[in-house]
Amino acid sequence: MTVDVDVKTLVIDEQEVSARAGQTILEVAQENDIKIPTLCHLDGLGDVGACRLCLVEIKGSNKLLPACVATVQEGMEVSTNTERLQKHRRSILEMLFAERNHICSVCVSNGHCELQTLGQEQGLTHVRLPYRNPELTVDASHERFTVDHNRCILCTRCVRVCSEVEGAHIWDVMGRGIDSIIITDLHQEWGSSACTRCGKCVQVCPTGALFDKSKVGSDHPKYPDFLLQLNLMREAQ
Amino acid sequence: MSKLKLATVWLDGCSGCHMSFLDMDERLIELAELVDVVYSPIVDTKQFPDEVDIALVEGAVASVDDEKKIKKIRAHSKMLIAIGDCAVAGNVPSMRNPFGPEAILNRAYIENADTQQQIPCVVVPKLLRVVRPIHEFVKVDVFLPGCPPSADTFHTALTALITGEPLDIPALTRFGA
Repeated sequence: MTVDVDVKTLVIDEQEVSARAGQTILEVAQENDIKIPTLCHLDGLGDVGACRLCLVEIKGSNKLLPACVATVQEGMEVSTNTERLQKHRRSILEMLFAERNHICSVCVSNGHCELQTLGQEQGLTHVRLPYRNPELTVDASHERFTVDHNRCILCTRCVRVCSEVEGAHIWDVMGRGIDSIIITDLHQEWGSSACTRCGKCVQVCPTGALFDKSKVGSDHPKYPDFLLQLNLMREAQ
Repeated sequence: MSKLKLATVWLDGCSGCHMSFLDMDERLIELAELVDVVYSPIVDTKQFPDEVDIALVEGAVASVDDEKKIKKIRAHSKMLIAIGDCAVAGNVPSMRNPFGPEAILNRAYIENADTQQQIPCVVVPKLLRVVRPIHEFVKVDVFLPGCPPSADTFHTALTALITGEPLDIPALTRFGA
């Protein structure tokens, strides 16, 4: 009996690796312990390529590809950590910090924030762009959770987990470009929305944009790993 | 070798960075072997000296007075180090930026005042419309984020900068640290 598996071989950071057709560059890199920085990606959710932190270089192409959505091709030569990529990643992080009001020192996620950690990992000591200081709202109408738009980076993990995993789809994105914000229902308050109060969105939020009201100060680690367990249990049924 | 001239400055911040600097405790005595503190909130000198080797600046630029000071500091310092998130990123003082200074002054001196409601207008410097980190006004040589940077961070960074050893700041501290 033959097993019909379409195997692709490629090179990532000078390391020869093999993959199944249809796998993303990110998946294959992770399987081979090659770390590509990510922010909007979360194991267990569909990928959207929104944050662009996982951009990689492909030999022979001028275009940078987001590793989370680009699929492997036979003979591909991928570089994940060139000077050019590091420069772009720092710029992306600086733009995220400058776009809204990320005041780490007084943020509920200080010390547990993926944006903050990535900034440090990518060697950010300051933001070269002028801060935009937009006036944004905080919706604390929900009995258990709060959304602080000042800290939101529009990764859409909340939108995806609510739609793909919880099946409620109360989160969505309203507006375009820099004016985009995440909304509940048709831009109603979170507290009076059709929210099922499961809290998955809070656990997957990489920053302090979504948080649990019962947590104070910086005592608010998040546990997005639950997604993988949940997916496993569902597959087993 | 003559000692380096060190200045420390307190703009719009809470003085927490200076507290953290003082938290170096006995290591300050070692530091005093290498530098003379020529200007600081803890030194009785009113005028910023003409020649300073290292200036540590805490706090964001929030008033016309801060702006005047930071330009003078830059002009008279060989190395300018932004210390703490206010100097580096605006931090808490910049939280008024979305609303503007009038809203904040009204809240503090009119709405929340039980008696003598008036906005201070003499002696105190005029607030800038937007609070900004110091590198938006002058060139900054070294950024030391943190709220505040720890005493260990101060010690490691200053020792490296004085002796010319390599310094990996992201390994020491980050925004909000």
